[in-house]
Amino acid sequence: MARKISMKQAINEALDLEMRRDPAVIVMGEDIVGGAGSPGEEDAWGGVLGVTKGLHAKYPGRLLDTPLSESAYIGAAIGAAACGMRPVAELMFLDFMGVCFDQILNQAAKFKYMFGGKAKTPVVIRAMVGAGFRAAAQHSQMLTPVFTHVPGLKVVCPSNAYDAKGLLIQAIRDDDPVIFCEHKNLYGHEADVPEEAYAIPFGEAAVVREGKDVTIVSYGLTVHRALEAAEQLARERIEAEVIDLRTLSPIDWDTVLESVETTGRLVVVDEANPRCSIAADVAAHVVQEAFGALKAAPQMVTAPHTPVPFSPVLEDLYIPTADAITAAVSKIAPRAMAA
Amino acid sequence: MTDQRIKPVVMPKWGLAMEEGKVTGWLKRPGDRIAVGEEIVEVETDKIAGVVEASEAGVLRRAIGEVDTVYPVKALIGVVADADVPEEEIDAYVADYVTPSADEAGEEEAGPTYEFVETPAGRLRYARRGEGAETIVLVHGFGGDLDNWLFNIDALADKATVYALDLPGHGQSAKAMPEGGVEGLARALLGFMDALSIERAHLVGHSMGGAVSTLAASAAPGRVRSLTLIGSAGLGEEINADYIAGFVSAASRRELKPVVEQLFADPSLVSRQLVEDLLRYKRLDGVSAALEALSGAFLADGRQKTLLAASLAALDIPVLVVWGAEDRIIPAAHAGALNGRAKAEVIPGAGHMVQMEKASRVNELIGAHVAG
Repeated sequence: MARKISMKQAINEALDLEMRRDPAVIVMGEDIVGGAGSPGEEDAWGGVLGVTKGLHAKYPGRLLDTPLSESAYIGAAIGAAACGMRPVAELMFLDFMGVCFDQILNQAAKFKYMFGGKAKTPVVIRAMVGAGFRAAAQHSQMLTPVFTHVPGLKVVCPSNAYDAKGLLIQAIRDDDPVIFCEHKNLYGHEADVPEEAYAIPFGEAAVVREGKDVTIVSYGLTVHRALEAAEQLARERIEAEVIDLRTLSPIDWDTVLESVETTGRLVVVDEANPRCSIAADVAAHVVQEAFGALKAAPQMVTAPHTPVPFSPVLEDLYIPTADAITAAVSKIAPRAMAA
Repeated sequence: MTDQRIKPVVMPKWGLAMEEGKVTGWLKRPGDRIAVGEEIVEVETDKIAGVVEASEAGVLRRAIGEVDTVYPVKALIGVVADADVPEEEIDAYVADYVTPSADEAGEEEAGPTYEFVETPAGRLRYARRGEGAETIVLVHGFGGDLDNWLFNIDALADKATVYALDLPGHGQSAKAMPEGGVEGLARALLGFMDALSIERAHLVGHSMGGAVSTLAASAAPGRVRSLTLIGSAGLGEEINADYIAGFVSAASRRELKPVVEQLFADPSLVSRQLVEDLLRYKRLDGVSAALEALSGAFLADGRQKTLLAASLAALDIPVLVVWGAEDRIIPAAHAGALNGRAKAEVIPGAGHMVQMEKASRVNELIGAHVAG
């Protein structure tokens, strides 16, 4: 039965259902049970923002509070996966990848390839991404492109509670390492979510709004900005199609190309820094594969090439806004066209 | 006084979730004479596109709804009146018309929307409308759910108590499929009637739901007052097995859309949201297994295994057969299978989902059939 729950609850529910279904699923991370030093209140916290709250009581012994050493427990999770477990490791902020990147880049991502397909590494690394949380430059980055660059990793970034639940269940059931990126400013966002378990296949984008004049491609938080922009544009009688990529590796080129072949115009919105970003990747691929269909140069709307500012005023300007998206569309789809 | 002669054409409410709809095209022009049941204006919602049909005869005097513009449910989009009603009175009617507020609409909906009941086949979802003495139960087909009756349930509830359920393995009901394929579903249907203390009902079955209803009537003849079989399974061997296989295997929007388009004579009725809702259902744990088990139970070598003409001939209840002439799933020729035993009507311009595509005609036929 569907009811409205938040993305945070949806992630908790996905973990709950998969732990119930499969005893090989374990969860590891810092403070995910209750935090060291709070005896008798082991389940009080449930992770830094409470995503795993309640699970420790239901599955005693299967949520492992780890020391403050990402290189140790991300490595342990990857090793456990190689030995038959299905660990979900919470890296807290994806920004902390720096200290455990060898485990991800040179171990998890390479096992299947280097062992001739004989090794499976069914590990999920969950982590918060994105700006807007007043958490400064080391807790706010959108580092998705760093991971999409690496063959052997799957990269997921949901925009809503329904997708978060189905994609996390798919991530846990998947036999490859998955980097599961949760935008912290979407944790409170609510959507209709069935109570039952369901898996959303990777590599299938969602067309969240149909339109014939311009294709706006995005993922994560900025999908909502793109939808706001599409509303603004509709008032000017420009019909924007909005595509939510949902998974960045694998990526659903077919849906993007089909849409651009209809609209002839592309705007890619990405909260990551612009160089070598998802936006650059999508724009380049479309230019190569659908050049003949394009009526104008693809536009990228991204964060600037700077660290995330701590000043709230500057941080609000950092994330692509609906106005910035509308402006980019207006550049390539002048109002006269719609007449 | 004149109000009686002036009839509003309003934005319809198709299903519980609909709050607004977009006018996509007028099929009649001001000045055109309109008969009851004629198609007046096309409307699109985020779920499905449909046509507003005339409930009263007259002349279309005003086409107020502008194309590509969204209006709230019950907003005035046109006016029908006799030719002799003066222009000023029409203008006054339009000027005075007040769209019922969302709050009022909300009050109507305040009652239960979807409900659930525990049955021997698990927890089943259903909707209930109306308070009439006669009871109608609407039974959807393979892969369907109670929303397949979106355009029927409220219309039929004017004169009867109407139930629509999600069969086991379907919609939001329990996903475990009872033993015995279609016969198991027939037992589940009777169990549903038991659980809600429905002693006797008129069963209306669409597609596989027609076979389910027929089997239920054979198993418990005293509990079924009449049968309406719409594009029904069980009346011949031919079936579009590619559709069934495609529906079961499709895992993405791109795969599913062309499959689902075969259900309608007009494939443009298949909206993004309709496909998305079906995908959301198909992704639930247990659904693939349920659909595979069920299709395996009623198909052999691409043909229907469960043939029910003989069972129907043995039943002593009125039977009505309805088909869309352009049905691409089960051929409309099957409408003649009960030659003489049943009333049969083949409706032009409709496909397998004839109860959606030609709702008012189907509602009229069911209404007359149930009234005897």
